[in-house]
Amino acid sequence: MRQRHVISVLVEDHPRVLTRITSMFARRGFNIDSLAVGRTHIPGVSRISFVVEGDDRTIEQVEKQLNRLIEVLKVVDHEGPRLERELALVKVRVEGIEERIELKEIAEAFRAQIVDVARHALTFEVTGHPAKIDRFLEELSNYGVLETMRTGALAMDRGERVIKLRARREAV
Amino acid sequence: MTGAEVLLEALVREGVEVLFGHPGGAIMPVYDALYHRRELRHILTRHEQGAGHAATAYARASGRVGVVLATSGPGALNLTTPLADAMMDATPLVAITGQVPTTAVGTDAFQEADVTGVTMPITKHNYLVTDVNDLPRIVKEAFHIARTGRPGPVLIDLPKDVQNDTFTGSFPEAVDLPGYRPTYKGHPRQIERALAALRAAERPVLMVGGGAQHAADPIRRFVERTGIPTIATLHGLGVVAADDPRFLGMPGMHGTVAANRAIHEADLILGIGLRFDDRVTGDVARFAPNLKTLIHVNIDPADIGKVIEAQIPVVGDAAWVAERLADGAERLRIDPWWRRIRHWQAEYPLPFPEDDVLRSQAVIKAFGEATGGEALVTTGVGQHQMFAAQFYPVKHPRSFLTSGGLGTMGFGLPAAIGAQVARPEETVILFDGDGSFQMTLQELATVTKYRLPVKIVLLNNGFLGMVRQWQDLFYEDRYSEVFLADSNPDFVKLAEAYGIPAFRVERPEELGAAVERTLGEAGPVLAEFRVRAEEGVFPMIPAGGSTEDMITEPPEEARS
Ligand SMILES: Cc1ncc(C[n+]2csc(CCOP(=O)(O)OP(=O)(O)O)c2C)c(N)n1
Ligand SMILES: [Mg+2]
Repeated sequence: MRQRHVISVLVEDHPRVLTRITSMFARRGFNIDSLAVGRTHIPGVSRISFVVEGDDRTIEQVEKQLNRLIEVLKVVDHEGPRLERELALVKVRVEGIEERIELKEIAEAFRAQIVDVARHALTFEVTGHPAKIDRFLEELSNYGVLETMRTGALAMDRGERVIKLRARREAV
Repeated sequence: MTGAEVLLEALVREGVEVLFGHPGGAIMPVYDALYHRRELRHILTRHEQGAGHAATAYARASGRVGVVLATSGPGALNLTTPLADAMMDATPLVAITGQVPTTAVGTDAFQEADVTGVTMPITKHNYLVTDVNDLPRIVKEAFHIARTGRPGPVLIDLPKDVQNDTFTGSFPEAVDLPGYRPTYKGHPRQIERALAALRAAERPVLMVGGGAQHAADPIRRFVERTGIPTIATLHGLGVVAADDPRFLGMPGMHGTVAANRAIHEADLILGIGLRFDDRVTGDVARFAPNLKTLIHVNIDPADIGKVIEAQIPVVGDAAWVAERLADGAERLRIDPWWRRIRHWQAEYPLPFPEDDVLRSQAVIKAFGEATGGEALVTTGVGQHQMFAAQFYPVKHPRSFLTSGGLGTMGFGLPAAIGAQVARPEETVILFDGDGSFQMTLQELATVTKYRLPVKIVLLNNGFLGMVRQWQDLFYEDRYSEVFLADSNPDFVKLAEAYGIPAFRVERPEELGAAVERTLGEAGPVLAEFRVRAEEGVFPMIPAGGSTEDMITEPPEEARS
């Protein structure tokens, strides 16, 4: 059964590590719905999160093929209760005062912030589950959306579960 | 020390004795340093592809890491085929390529190519060195990665300025790769389960692949103790001796009827060091339809469950796991199963007509008999390759070197060079096709230069025979662009032009003397056999088919 999975990967922060990963995804025919990357609190370690869709067999291969890469330190499929957050910036054309008021109401409903105001444009910042952002964008699609930028989903398990790195150990 | 000297010192510390390569501008500091290091033997090939395949065969024949050197741009790009080949066939290789100076990288400099970018999907890992002090660590890691886990090629791209930079660092004693820890010891619980399943099986078979070549001793012990029917993939040939009574031959597209039928009816397959590629399985949905238990032993977890679901996955080293299996196994009570198998073997041997026509099968068989299966064999790709796999009775592990995963025509001659360098005392026989041979024949010069006594058996059918066979069977005899005979060189003169003795054989009655003459030469020799062009490799399971679609003998009209 095809299902949406959010996978976090801890990697060594080396040049081209992202290329290695995305090139592997492309070569093996895995589709990435979204991707986000950033440094972590551990020096030299970055964290990438992917949203991928696939059946169990595909997801198992995604994990195994990721693990095969030398610079990949840890792969976790967030299967339990998890937090998922994405951030988006959206610039919308506004014509009259009426539109301005409507847009503000939509923003409030989604707890989006207006982060920039111009004569004929408003820019919103919204965070939340990717599905919420989808719905926000859908609402806005009735207006003149000029630009959108989404970060891709970030994920973390709820509660006390954490992704641990094994202690560095000398291999022979 | 300069970067170039550091590189060579690091190679020596890894136990490297032989390098294969071809110089050029961006790798000249390394070649200059090499001039002073007599303990490193360099084999100069005439093309980097030749160096790459030679290093591959050297690695597979010796069990060590093959090392290849090339310059930047065109030199490095000529290595792409051998790298992909080594990646597919899990061969430990370290490639060192020159690169334009770090200051010029990214400017489209002379002979610049993004070699780490290009080779990313065809190497196990690669490095671009930007600081000379990282070099010893990188070399150490490269060798570790190449030889451990599922072995594979690792490339080190070394800019020219880094080769000249002064080294102020130190040589590490150990590697520290937190993201890379292959599992060697199979889980004891899984091994227990495997042994229990084996005891319960009625129709078990053992399948071994290239990943079992280093595990021949324990596997032979296991086969001896259990009496299990044993099948070897193209890369598994030699793990069990071809004349072992438990050996059924090769599976898959050109496998024996007995091997394929046994897989078809098996209720248990113990697969060690293989990955069930499509030439073995055909249509995966119809592969081994009676299978209840697959015990899949592989060091690479990604190869387990990739094609066929394994009920008992065992992640671990083939030799380690096979030792445990051999220790724990007992004789299998499978007489009825053996009777069935013996029946297929009797009904479908691998026959060919013994008449007045010279055939590749007979040539290979004659060499097999004359050498007792003891030679180190390399091949090109095509019909001759499959005939060699079917008819050469490989006796020892690491002795049948062929391009399986990538199917690289032109592999054979450079591979024979690498094999002979690795095992100078042994007889190396290259079974090559006229098409394959012409893809890398410039390496005849390398044979001459180093006086390598390789025996080149050229099975000249005047065609791209394997393609012709497919046209025969699946394209209604439309022989599109497969005819070579009108423009093939005089191979005898060609070899002689390189200083290699050569002769031609056209009649079957000359075969015995020709084999004797070939094997009797102290140095290299090329024996050209003018073999029948219309011959087909059978049995054959068409691509994407299953055992039920097996064509066991040539269609009527092709037989005469
Ligand atoms: C580099 C490369 N190009 C093309 C092919 C496709 N191919 C497979 S077998 C074959 C014909 C091989 O001819 P030859 O070496 O004469 O062997 P034969 O089949 O005649 O014994 C070809 C063209 C290949 N495997 N490798
Ligand atoms: Mg041919």
